[in-house]
Amino acid sequence: MNKFVKQTLLATAVTAAMVSTASAKELVVVSWGGAYTDSQQKAYHEPYMAKNPGITIINDDSSNSAIAKLRAMKEAGVVTWDLVDVVAFDGMLACDEGLADEIDHDNDLAKAPDGTLASVDFGDFIVSPCFIPQIVYSTTFGYRTDKVGATPPTSINDVFDLEKFPGKRSLEKKAQNNLEWALLADGVSPDDIYDMLATNAGVERAFAKLDTIKDQVVWWEKGAQTPQLLADGEVVMGSTYNGRLFSLIAEEKQPVAMMWDWQVFDLDGWIVPKGTENKAEVMEYLRFATDTQRLADQAKYISYGPARTSSAPLVGKHASLGIDMAPHMPTAPANSKHALITNYSFWADNVDDLNEKFYAWLAN
Amino acid sequence: MNSSVKHSNPAAMVTADGVPLKVSLSRAKRKNKIRALLLVTPLFLFILVTFFIPIASMLLRSVDNEVVEETLHRTVPMLQGWDQTGDVIPDETVFAALHKDFVDGYRDKTIGSPGRRLNYEKPGFSSLFRKTARNSKKFEPPYQAAFIKADEKWGDINYWRVLKRESAATTDSYYMTALDYEYTDLGVRVAKADDQSIYVQLFGRTFWLSFVITSICLVLAFPISYLLSILPAKSSNLLMILVLLPFWTSLLVRTSAWIALLQQQGVINDILVSVGFLADDNRLAMIHNQAGTIIAMVHVLLPFMVLPLYSVMKTIPKSYMRAARSLGANPFTAFVRVYLPGTIPGIGAGSILVFIISIGYYITPALVGGQSGTLISNFIAYHLQSSLNWGLAAALGAILLVAVFALYILYDKIVGIDNMKLG
Repeated sequence: MNKFVKQTLLATAVTAAMVSTASAKELVVVSWGGAYTDSQQKAYHEPYMAKNPGITIINDDSSNSAIAKLRAMKEAGVVTWDLVDVVAFDGMLACDEGLADEIDHDNDLAKAPDGTLASVDFGDFIVSPCFIPQIVYSTTFGYRTDKVGATPPTSINDVFDLEKFPGKRSLEKKAQNNLEWALLADGVSPDDIYDMLATNAGVERAFAKLDTIKDQVVWWEKGAQTPQLLADGEVVMGSTYNGRLFSLIAEEKQPVAMMWDWQVFDLDGWIVPKGTENKAEVMEYLRFATDTQRLADQAKYISYGPARTSSAPLVGKHASLGIDMAPHMPTAPANSKHALITNYSFWADNVDDLNEKFYAWLAN
Repeated sequence: MNSSVKHSNPAAMVTADGVPLKVSLSRAKRKNKIRALLLVTPLFLFILVTFFIPIASMLLRSVDNEVVEETLHRTVPMLQGWDQTGDVIPDETVFAALHKDFVDGYRDKTIGSPGRRLNYEKPGFSSLFRKTARNSKKFEPPYQAAFIKADEKWGDINYWRVLKRESAATTDSYYMTALDYEYTDLGVRVAKADDQSIYVQLFGRTFWLSFVITSICLVLAFPISYLLSILPAKSSNLLMILVLLPFWTSLLVRTSAWIALLQQQGVINDILVSVGFLADDNRLAMIHNQAGTIIAMVHVLLPFMVLPLYSVMKTIPKSYMRAARSLGANPFTAFVRVYLPGTIPGIGAGSILVFIISIGYYITPALVGGQSGTLISNFIAYHLQSSLNWGLAAALGAILLVAVFALYILYDKIVGIDNMKLG
């Protein structure tokens, strides 16, 4: 009898397990981790899972090395990811290399509430046929309010001015953004920057400007480093992603303020890896997660601007702090008086060459 | 052996059941051999799959260049007849082949990869391929004019020269870059200018810092290990735990702790300033530079030196030193002539362990190294994850592998690899 009971229990358990795997689908969504994944979890994943009990979304914080891993998956012939959050530049790369599926933006994605097609609503932000824009973020400066004296820095020139603002500054350890800022601070007109960087003389001029502050720079590689360096007082000012600075200032109440002059806009969004086994479910999810309301909702949790034009008026207050988020968006008019938009095609051609020159410059 | 058996015993020996001893013996031996082989097989397969195959594939990748030939499979053979030393771009037949390759490549989404590959050699190929591919379907003959109209770079002979040079199935250009050489557009090898070269200097720095770290580890670990080996078991166990405790702590935690300690607003600087040893505006820079890399890596790698040294010292009888002293040696002579030679196997083992681990070290220098304390492994990681130039990463890795082999052989010649004792 005992044996019979045992067998029955076992059989029931096995059946139950089979049924549950059959009905529940797991979607692996790759993103950046930290506050960013949290904002996606609250604005997209949780409401979607509440509406679709059969779907479980699993977060994987691998966006940093997403293209490398997608390549490896393609070579191994096993794609274990369903959706990947990447910066626009990586989205273009993935598309070039056939690592991501092309998207029919108008048919695959939701229209704006007033019926505007998705391709119009996202506009120029669709920089690659594989890329679904999500947010506009910017790389900009934060400074210690208690270490800059009576007149705080207001322009990109101040980053390069060691007399007015002595002390260390942190910059990202790559050519992108730094070369642009160096030329701007050297008096080059914003319209000429990329033409100038295409010439050797222009690159040399940018490095010469960077030379003036080289021994006062701490170079960062991870977005969390500048906020940490600012909080510790290790640097007077430093560049990083604006959302990181927002949480440093508004959530952690550090004596830091934003310096928006010549922030560099960039985009972040989704790509669907070629070969995912859950394509239908992913497209279903994407239609929901990239609609006007969802993109506006994400801004409740992190200060990045929604990529849809129609989301902007819907941006409300921060979910826990209750502050109005609109003035903290990089795209807010007061913040974007001087803003540069990354030239993707320039950097696609020159990223390897200029980074090599940059590292050689660093080493010598 | 056989012959000697024959000589002493002309009649073949047999076992109790009549089988010749030789046959029976070899049967038993074979059984043992098979058993031994079966026992080793899992480990052998494991090493094959996780070690030898990846290394072989890395070496292959450092010269592999098939992507250009594969994608442009019509164009590349036609280019053989074109003279890259002249000053005329390829003719209409080549462009017609190129058009077919582009149309197919755009349809199959394969055209981006050779564009990226060639962009390593000459900036501009990436957008040239992407832009051209997008419009290629609409091109009408004559194709030469159509291509040049789509992007004037197609009329620039230097792009064609690079395309032809890098169209073979293998390439040495990754190794050229890794050794700070480059090709001119005409395909002549030249050394890069000093202010443009990175990697040779980095290899040098990596070996030099590894040497410094190994030496500091040795100097620090020797007395600790000696103390451990002579103390009574109770107190030496306690000390051993102190050595091992950091060994068991997460590497990231330890490295972050060093950041908190060493940074300019950190604990050590604060103390030095508060006791008046340093002026507040003159704090020591101990991190985000070479000093940071050396301090943090010595701390991380110290147990690798202590453990082999300790295990060797433990086996040296105390009576040796006493005997040397009683025979008239002063303490220094006794140490140098009697004790030190006995510890050589431990020194050898510890040094080679620490040295080889530090050559490939990556996380700690990335976090605390700043610009002067990064090692070659940081660049390999950079090319693997960020720049995605896997060929160059593989070439750098292969050079590192060869260098380590060379050092290993050198070590074997000087110290002798048999003379190494890990425990």
